[in-house]
Amino acid sequence: MNYDAIVIGAGMSGLAAGIRLAMFDKKVVVLEKHSIPGGLNSYYQRKNRQFDVGLHALTNFIKKGEKGKPFSKLLKQLRLSYDDFKLHPQTFSKIQFPETTLKFSNEFELLETEVREKFPQDFENFLRLVEKVKDFNELSLDIGYSSSREVLKKNLNDELLIEMILCPLLIYGSAWEEDMDFAQFVIMFKSLYFEGFSRPEGGVRTILSLLMKKFEDAGGEIRFRTPVQEILVENNEVVGIRTDKEELRAKIVLSSMGYPETVKATPALAEKISPRSGHMTFLESIFVFDKKLPEQSTITFYNNASTYSYRRAQNFFDPTSAVVCYPDNYEGIQEGEGTVRITYMANYPQWKELSREAYLGMKTKVGESALDLIKKLNPTFNGELLFQDIFSPTTIEKYTWHQNGTVYGSTDKTRDGKTPVKNLFIIGTDQGFLGIVGSILSGISMANLHGLMQSGDA
Amino acid sequence: MTAKNVRQIVLDIIADIAPDESVDSIDDSKSLREQLDLDSMDFLDIVMELRKRHKVEVPQEDYPKLATLESCVAYLSPKFA
Ligand SMILES: Cc1cc2nc3c(=O)[nH]c(=O)nc-3n(C[C@H](O)[C@H](O)[C@H](O)COP(=O)(O)OP(=O)(O)OC[C@H]3O[C@@H](n4cnc5c(N)ncnc54)[C@H](O)[C@@H]3O)c2cc1C
Repeated sequence: MNYDAIVIGAGMSGLAAGIRLAMFDKKVVVLEKHSIPGGLNSYYQRKNRQFDVGLHALTNFIKKGEKGKPFSKLLKQLRLSYDDFKLHPQTFSKIQFPETTLKFSNEFELLETEVREKFPQDFENFLRLVEKVKDFNELSLDIGYSSSREVLKKNLNDELLIEMILCPLLIYGSAWEEDMDFAQFVIMFKSLYFEGFSRPEGGVRTILSLLMKKFEDAGGEIRFRTPVQEILVENNEVVGIRTDKEELRAKIVLSSMGYPETVKATPALAEKISPRSGHMTFLESIFVFDKKLPEQSTITFYNNASTYSYRRAQNFFDPTSAVVCYPDNYEGIQEGEGTVRITYMANYPQWKELSREAYLGMKTKVGESALDLIKKLNPTFNGELLFQDIFSPTTIEKYTWHQNGTVYGSTDKTRDGKTPVKNLFIIGTDQGFLGIVGSILSGISMANLHGLMQSGDA
Repeated sequence: MTAKNVRQIVLDIIADIAPDESVDSIDDSKSLREQLDLDSMDFLDIVMELRKRHKVEVPQEDYPKLATLESCVAYLSPKFA
């Protein structure tokens, strides 16, 4: 079988790339190892309850009709309408440190007011930083690395303010430990603080069914339970792939498996490069209670220390900090059960080593720690726990095949998507754009650049 | 095909790729990008739609010729002839 393009992976980036190619009559097939789409942001069912693997919040919120923003580009490029997503905006979120708390919402003024009240000496500096962020062209592909911590130290005096601003941006988008590239900082600052959070009604299923339908309507082909075992190269040019059953030929291959994972599946690449696997992986605990919790925020970025340590946990998981998400705290959500999701930083190699019994024991410990935190943040709450589920870095690896169970991929990104093998491209997380909106935009822009613009005669 | 037809073809495409834009009040001699919220991704889509709907090819080096409605018509008309 001969294709114009093979896309590996039916996660956000793979589906988006597939749509763009199919829209313009390319013969494209998406190959997915799992039995359902979504990848790192898929879905599952337990005891008749529907869960999302990942979705806490869709970043890059816009109001209907707002233009020139990442989310509006996504809508236009995929010919989707704003109303299809049925977005519920966040109430507000907060960054909670022992010394103080900063709230932010989809209106940037809230964060400004909070900084003015809580860090009056640094307020003017903060405003200058905001201007710097506004003027920065983070999408230029040729800017070199600069440390966000260094830039922040030059602009702000109060160390605590620096730590608090960095906390959500690191945990929502950094493959690197402790620090991030300033360009990535700017992307995250805009998507979280300028634009904000929302949640589509129905969660990640809503997004995935929109993407799947678009892809199929455009004439794209998708195969589940189809693991790509090798990417085939002749004379340093990609010629196709081999699954467990057959060989498929194509002019280009777009891989969302991850950079190190793609290299591993491509012997011709493995001779040349060895991108590193990232260290950042997480534990996700989900609790369902019989009623809503008193806490009003959508997301609490919790840190129980004056500095924010963003790194592989030293001891299985790090309860010092957590992302606490209340998926019911979006505007317009019906009252009902109360759900809380807690994300801890974790340590993949340690989890991987555990025996079955020790693994279950460690999960129990995580659950207890997370419940303690819920209690601490909601001291008056007396709801009854109906259900709990915890998934670990090894669960993430098992269902997404990302080495180390990484969520933010390799620390070696390829911003233009190119690899040393001709016509083999990296899309999604390891092209450098993270999160749901980021990975969709990555799939779109890589399909445009390498699948549509370059192949006028294909 | 008349210049008027070619103009309408371009407008129809813009209306489809940027459904929120009003194309009624466009000044033909002014840059499209400045009047409408169009970015480089949208210009790529104009090119892709011209190929898909009308089998008209616009090589990458000619993208700047699509800057205004006037220049679109001048550049594309011979291709529709
Ligand atoms: C717990 C958790 C919470 C998160 N919360 C949020 C959030 O609140 N907001 C947000 O925006 N983002 C969130 N994210 C991040 C977001 O989910 C990811 O950034 C995004 O989904 C990445 O998409 P991708 O297409 O790059 O990669 P992936 O989703 O990893 O897609 C890769 C696909 O390739 C498939 N694959 C791998 N190997 C093969 C092979 N050999 N053959 C065939 N197929 C293969 C995989 O099965 C997978 O489907 C979260 C992630 C997790 C894990």
